[in-house]
Parts: sequence; C-alpha cells; structure tokens
Amino acid sequence: MLRVVGLWGEVSAEDHEDGGASHHGGGYKIVQWEWSYVQTPYIIAIWLLVASVAKILFHFSQRFTTVVPESCVLILLGLVLGAVVLIANKKQLYQLDPGLFFLFLLPTIVGDAGYFMPSRLFFDNLGAILMYAVVGTLWNAFCTGFCLYGVKLAGVIDDKVQAGLMEFLLFGALISAVDPVAVLAVFEEVHVNEMLFIIVFGESLLNDAVTVVLYKVYISFVEVGPGNVQTADYFKGVASFLVVSIGGTMVGLIFAVILAFITRFTKKVRIIEPLFIFLLVYLAYLTAELFSLSAILSMTFCGIGCNKYVEANISQKSRTTVKYTMKTLASIAETIIFIFLGISAVDKSKWAWDTGLIACTLIFIFVFRAMGVVGQTWILNKFRLVPLEKIDQVVMSYGGLRGAVAFALVVLLDGEQVKAKDYFVATTIVVVFFTVMFQGLTIKPLVKWLKVPRSTNRKPTINEEIHERAFDHILAAIEDIAGLNGYHHWRDKWEQFDKNYLSKLLLRKSVYHKSELWEAYQKINIRDAISVIDQGGNILTSARLSLPSMASRTSFPEVTNVTNYLRENGSGVCLDLQVIDTNPGAKVEEETETHHVLAGNLYKPRRRYQSHYSRHFMTVGDQERQEREVFQRNMRNRLESFKSTHYKRHKKDRSQKKARAQLHLSQLLLLLTSRVKPTNTQLRLGMTQAELVLKREGCSEENKGERSEPDKDEDVGITFVARKGSETPKERPKSVPAALEVCQSPSVAPPSPTCGEKNLPWKGGIGTLPPCVSVEATKIIPIDLQQAWNQSISSLESLASPPVPQEPQHPRVSFQFPGGKEEEEESALSQQQQEMQPLMPSLRPPPPPPSGWCVGKLKLCSLMGL
Amino acid sequence: MGSRASSLLREEDIEEIKKETGFSHSQITRLYSRFHSLDKGENGALSREDFQRIPELAINPLGDRIINAFFPEGEDQVNFRGFMRTLAHFRPVEDNEKNKDPSAGEPLNSRNNKLLFAFRLYDLDRDDKISRDELLQVLRMMVGVNISDEQLGSIADRTIQEADTNGDMCISFSEFIKVLEKVDVEQKMSIRFLH
Repeated sequence: MLRVVGLWGEVSAEDHEDGGASHHGGGYKIVQWEWSYVQTPYIIAIWLLVASVAKILFHFSQRFTTVVPESCVLILLGLVLGAVVLIANKKQLYQLDPGLFFLFLLPTIVGDAGYFMPSRLFFDNLGAILMYAVVGTLWNAFCTGFCLYGVKLAGVIDDKVQAGLMEFLLFGALISAVDPVAVLAVFEEVHVNEMLFIIVFGESLLNDAVTVVLYKVYISFVEVGPGNVQTADYFKGVASFLVVSIGGTMVGLIFAVILAFITRFTKKVRIIEPLFIFLLVYLAYLTAELFSLSAILSMTFCGIGCNKYVEANISQKSRTTVKYTMKTLASIAETIIFIFLGISAVDKSKWAWDTGLIACTLIFIFVFRAMGVVGQTWILNKFRLVPLEKIDQVVMSYGGLRGAVAFALVVLLDGEQVKAKDYFVATTIVVVFFTVMFQGLTIKPLVKWLKVPRSTNRKPTINEEIHERAFDHILAAIEDIAGLNGYHHWRDKWEQFDKNYLSKLLLRKSVYHKSELWEAYQKINIRDAISVIDQGGNILTSARLSLPSMASRTSFPEVTNVTNYLRENGSGVCLDLQVIDTNPGAKVEEETETHHVLAGNLYKPRRRYQSHYSRHFMTVGDQERQEREVFQRNMRNRLESFKSTHYKRHKKDRSQKKARAQLHLSQLLLLLTSRVKPTNTQLRLGMTQAELVLKREGCSEENKGERSEPDKDEDVGITFVARKGSETPKERPKSVPAALEVCQSPSVAPPSPTCGEKNLPWKGGIGTLPPCVSVEATKIIPIDLQQAWNQSISSLESLASPPVPQEPQHPRVSFQFPGGKEEEEESALSQQQQEMQPLMPSLRPPPPPPSGWCVGKLKLCSLMGL
Repeated sequence: MGSRASSLLREEDIEEIKKETGFSHSQITRLYSRFHSLDKGENGALSREDFQRIPELAINPLGDRIINAFFPEGEDQVNFRGFMRTLAHFRPVEDNEKNKDPSAGEPLNSRNNKLLFAFRLYDLDRDDKISRDELLQVLRMMVGVNISDEQLGSIADRTIQEADTNGDMCISFSEFIKVLEKVDVEQKMSIRFLH
C-alpha cells in the first residue's frame, strides 16, 4: 500500500552497536555468546511467544472472555509491556512499524479474510457493501476533515496544532476508514447475524481503495501546498480512485485465475499445494502494492475468486493445512498488532496531546458515521429486498471501529510537511483505543440489549441444500418471466458462464465432473461420520471407569487426543464448520450414511487381507464357497507376505512397534464402541476392525504407495484426504488417524442400497426392515453385545496362553459395498450377503454358539490383551 | 409500448389485481406490458409456447416445471390475472403486511404459499406428497448428467429420510414446511419487482 520502512529498524540499529564484540574474542571458547547473530529472529520469536502465551492466559477465564473482547486485553497487555520497556530502557524500543504492518501483518489477516469470505453472502450484499465503503468513507472523510478545520477556525483546537484545511482533510481521510482488523476482532466475538457482519466487514475491506487514494491525494496536495492545487488535480484524484480500486481488483482476480489454474496440476505434488496458495495470494497483495494499487482489494478478491476452484482442486489435507495455517498466521498477526498498538501508545516522544482536537475528532467520527449510515441505509432500503432495520443501523454505526491501519498511516506521515503529525498520532491512538476498547467492550451488551438477531451456527441439511438450490432456479426463472434483469438473472448468467468456461478451465477434470449437490451431500455425510466418531470418543471416558483392566494397557490421554483430533479436523472438512453438532433425530440414517462412507473406503484393505482375518475363524463357518475363497486368498497372501518380509525385513521392527501402539488405540476404540447404543455399536465395531486391518497392513506389508512409509505415518497431524477414492484409489492411508481419515474421504462409489444393506440390522430403524430381522432382534443387540463383551473381557483376563493369531482375525471385515469403480461389484455383493449371514443368528435372542461377531471380538481382544 | 399495453388494461381490473396480489399500480402496468410482449398470439392469454420462447428459461433446469406452475390444472392458457397471481408469490413480505389482520385471508406471498409453490414443483401428481420418484426427477434436472443414478438415489433416500416423520417414505407438505423451518424462506423466495 505504501512505502516500505526499514523492518525492525530499532532492532537492527542495536545490532550494529554491539555486533562484532562477541565474535573473535581471541582463543577458542567452548561456549560462545552469539547474540548478535540470532538477535533478530530471536526477538521476533520471543514476541510471538509472548503474544501466544498471552492468548492462552487470557482464555483461562471463561467468564472473562465472554465479557471482555480479546483485543482490549491485548492492548492493555501491550500498554503494560510498553511501560515495562520504557521504564527499563528509558526510551521506547518497539512500536508498530508501518512497513512491518503493511507488508506482513496486514496481509495475513486480509488473506485469511478474503480466502474464507462467504462469497455468496458477500455478493448478495455487494451493493450495500460498496455503497458504505465508497460513499460512506468519502462522506466520513470529508465531513470529519472540514468540521475539524471549522472547529480549528472557531478556536476550539489549540493554536499549537499547526494544520490547515489540507492537513485536516488528510487526517479525516485516514481516521475515517473502518478498520478490518478491529472489526474482525470485535465482531467475531459478538456473533451478530451474517448479513450485518458481512456488510460491516466487507465495508472495512473495500474502503481501502478510498482510503489509499484520499491519503495519497492529500499528501501530494500538502506537499505542493493548497494554493497550487489545480482543478485538474481533482479529476486526477477521481481517475486515480478508479485506477486504484479497479486495478487492485483486477490484479487480485488475475492472480486468482493463475492460482486456480496452477492447483489443477498439483496432483503429484500435493505437499506444496498450500504453499502455492499462500504465495500467490501474497503475491497478489505485493503486486498491487508494487503498482500502488489497493493491495487489500487485490488480496480480498484474489481470495474470493480462487476459493471455489482451489478448494475443489486441492486435497483435503491441503485444505486443512491451508485453513489452519491461515488462521494461525492471522490470529498471531492480530495479536501482535494489538499488543504493538498498546506498546506504541507508551511513547512520550510521539505524543502531543490536545484535548480539543481529540474530543472533536471522537465526536465527529461518531456523529458522521451514524449520519452516514442512516442516510445511506435510507437510500439502500429503497432497493434492497431485505431492508436494513433500525437496530441494524445502530449496530453498524456503533461497529465503525478504527484500528491499526489508521495508526500505521498516521505514523507514516512526514513530520516535516505535516507539522501537526504528533497531535494527529496522539489523536489517532486515542481514537483507536476508544473505538476498540470502549465500543468493543460495549457492543456485546448493546447487541444483546437491542436483541439483534444473532448468527446461528447451523449447517444446512441435505433438504435445505436441495431446496435452496431449487429456490435459486425458481427465482431466476421468475425474473426471466417477469422480464426483470435482476440480481438472480445475473447470478444465473454468471453461473452459466462459470460452468461453461471458467470451471472447465480452472477445475481438474475429475472435479469438474462432480456435481455440487453430490459434494454437498458428501460433506454432510462426512460431518455425520465425524459426529458419530466424536461421540464414540466421549463415551470412552465413561468406559474408562468400568474397564480398569484396559486402563493399564493404554494411556487414555492418547485417546482423548484422538477425540480432539477428530473434533478439530471436523472443522476442517467444511469451511463454515466450527462445532460438530449432532442431530439425534436423524441419528439412525446418519449412521447408515456414515457406514456407507466407511464401507466405500474400507474396501481395499479388506480385499487384500481378509484372509488374515478369516484364517482362524472361517473354518468354523460352514459355507463351502466362502471357504474356498478364503483359502485362495490365504494362499495368495501368504505368498505375498513371504515376499514382503524378505523385502522389508529391516523395516519390520520399527513398524511392529508402531503397530502395537496402534493396536492399543484401536483396542480402546473397540472398548468404547461396545458400550454404545445398538445402532452405533456395530458401525463402530466395523470401524475398529477396519482400523485394525489398516494397521496390520501398514506395519507388515509392502509399502508400495508413496504415502505408506512408516515415517510418513507420523505426519498425520492434520489428515484427511480429499477425494482419495476417485483420484488415488490405490493409496490407502495406514495409521490410526488414517483409518479415521477414511471416513473423511468420499466413497469411491455411490453407496447404493444393496441387498446386504437391507439385511443390516441398523438399517431396520428407518423403516426398511428386512424380513429376516425383526424389530425385537434390533433391540436385542445391546444385550447381545454385552454378552460378547463380557466374554471377550473374561477371555482377556484368563488368557494366559500366547496368542494364536499373529494378526487379529475377524470375519466381519467386509463393510464393503459394491461400487461403480470396483470391478467386482457382483462378487463383492454376494460375498457381503454371505458375510451378513453369521451376523443374523447372533441377533436372535438365544445366541447360537460363537457367532461371527462374538468370535471375532474375542479374537480381537485376546490379541490385544497381549 | 408500455402505454399502449396498459391502455388495454381496465382500471377496475387493476384494482382487483391490486387487491388480490398486493402489487402496486405501476408494477401491474409494468408487468402487463411484459405479459403483452410475451403474448405472441395476442389473445390475452399465454400458452406454454409463449413461455418457452423466453431464452433463459430454456437453460433453466427447472424451467418447464416453473412454466407448468403458471397453468391451472388441466388448462393450457393463462390470463393476466393468473399470471399475476403466480408472480405474486414472489413479492417480498413487507413490514406492514406482517401484522395485518388475519381475517383478510392469507396473502399470496406468505411463507406458506411460497413454500407451497416450491412444493408443487416437486409434486407432479398433486397428491400432496413428494415421493422418491418425484424427488429423483427434480434432482436429475438439477444435477445434470455427471452424477450416477445410484448417487442420486442415495441423495434422494437421505433427503426423504431426513424429512419424513411419519414413515411413509414420502415428504408431505407439512413435513416440507418442517424441514425448511429454519430457512429464511421469505427472503430466499422473493424477488424485487421494480416499482
């Protein structure tokens, strides 16, 4: 946006003073003091640490956080730190450096905001946002500037403030813009409804162009002197505004297209996908800055523009990485900005207090903001479908927060030309503090008191997804019929264009051919799956007490981590997800869907290793066909494992250790699942088994896939692979999180209702009771499982003999559904039906001798017990 | 053209339409000129072909269904009154209408009527239930060819399961209302008619 000022200027100055002293002190030293060498990064790191720790401490008190916004506390902390530094050093070493701010801190926040901007909402309200951003900011700037000048003439402002009309207009321009950082920080905690938020926040982003132009124009006017300004200069100002705003937007959109296009081809280099996003979004900012266009506009539109395509192209892992990295950076940047604002305030050298100026500025910005909002809303409401209510206007007026942008701009002023700079700096600091702290503190009670509709943190159901799409089509059609070229008409046109040209260019082929509705459906399914697993995690804690025998084997924190892990990643799936909520009413079918997701994905490991699991068990079974099949598989597998043990011997030790640890985990999962209500239980059991399968695979078998090396397993901090099924069907993640990951990735094939499914007992809850399973049978399940559980526990405790099976054996590894992409649809289906058979008897009241489920569990547990 | 067209409209007709639909005088005349320009047969009524001539409707996935919604059952002509009655569903709900006395009957642009309009698009056989097949048809229209029947089927199944409360594997209108109760239908099913 503006010129670059030496970064960390203070630090580097100090660096020169004592640099070199520690080097080459003569003779060899065992330990050397290399402060000057590490100083700069060290200080940066320390500051980041301080800021982060401050956040932790602050969030210790729940009640405190609900009342006081974080930004207030951070500013206060900054004040304290500033005072400490001042007392210790006699002079202020640190301040919010404009170069640092504009080049590093602001882009991280704007980048995050732009990339995760809810674009539909943004464009729905674009008219209002533009109006407030352009007209509102101009109005504020001029009125504040002129009135301050008027007040100055009237003598309210002290004569020491040497400023003419141009200076006051300049000051008005920089103080009038609503600040995105402050708005985000405060509004995120207030949770007003989305429309209100997007209007205020959108305004704060888009007014950047106005601020930049006004600021530059006035600075040039101040430089040449007000007398020398010609009429042409005003027109130049207007032209400059158009160039800066439209140019900035164009730069952003160009980079968005480049970025989306690049991500089309990153399939082989998944690991650097996030980097591309960060780089190009940042480059959009820098490029705009390079041509002195509006960098914020550029970055915002780059983010908005690329989001749809990039998110569709990159893998789920990358998506999560991008999300987390962006949020982390933005959060830390915000923290630093507020702390440094506080610190900057404690600097006597910059201060020049004038009560008149400060009081007038505060009054003017507040009054004009309110007037501007009311006036513009009056005009806007004539055109808006949803009029902005009085309450909205109050919140919008009150939410006009000023922040670090204004401060950085005022610090950038040239003290030689703007004589009253010190006064302006002091005033700006007071205004920023007042708006962020006082208004930030009071806006929450105000919103409550006015009963402003709050945002609901609710995710759309599949019905809403479908019907709202239908609504959009209906509205577009009605506009066409009524001959109105309204908003929906143009949106429809845009969507046609997007579908026919843009998406074709910017989306991968595999993605392009996916239906949005299907994606939405998958997303909902995944969400449900996570919520199911998440609940399982919670149940674990209750299982802990009742099962002390297990407690000795596994560390519980570890598992709670898994739960947390899931919860966190749950938010990574869908952008607007923060919390995983559950819909108990639709539980049963959700589980069916979850089951589908799992089933579709768990196919691979089972196919390869089924024999392992069935070797000791299937002999009990009496179906010849199955036996034959199992035998064949067995043989093939033995051969394979023989090969691979030779091949991978050196790796074995390590991977086995890992496998053991993973088994413990899954054992816990199994534990917890058995305590769940009937419908959940089987599903989870299936999951757990599947995990075991996966793990066994991961530790003992050939690691052909690039992803399957044991080392790679460790980097699963944030895992969830998008579209694994379709794009890389050969790869299967092989670790505990990976097993969970499976439920994230959309299933390869449509989980079609198969015969097997109809036989699944939990399907019974939704009205398609198969003839062979009665309602009673489904009710029996918990008891049955309880028995199975008890058996397995006792077997665990009594089992002194070494485990027969090296691998966990289980027949029910076949949560698999035939899918379009799998060739063996037919056979899988029939297998499945058969494998359902052992399940059925076990559901009947008098359980026949070891049914598939029970035995499998026994085996599992016995294995784990060792 | 507008003036010529509106001259064909009698004042008392306008008054009646105004009362029934809630459109303003200028909106009615504006829409009448639109109606007139669509009416190629110049017989004071629109046929399906008249609608199908609108180019954008041809690419609207639900275009045909929406055209159908304009025609009363069993008829293939719609006059201006009927045309306006259908359009009135999409008038935004205004503040002063919210607390109008309920005795005047439900206005056409009420939440329920908006939803009913959408519901009728699905409900082809007018049995006041959206069956799986009916839902599948609409879904197929909306998603295009890139999605397999099985995928679509699972979406439809889930949609019905989610909405269905009485276990008949269909979505009745009351279930339809219930499942969309959290959606701002008043806003999402309204367009701004020029004054």
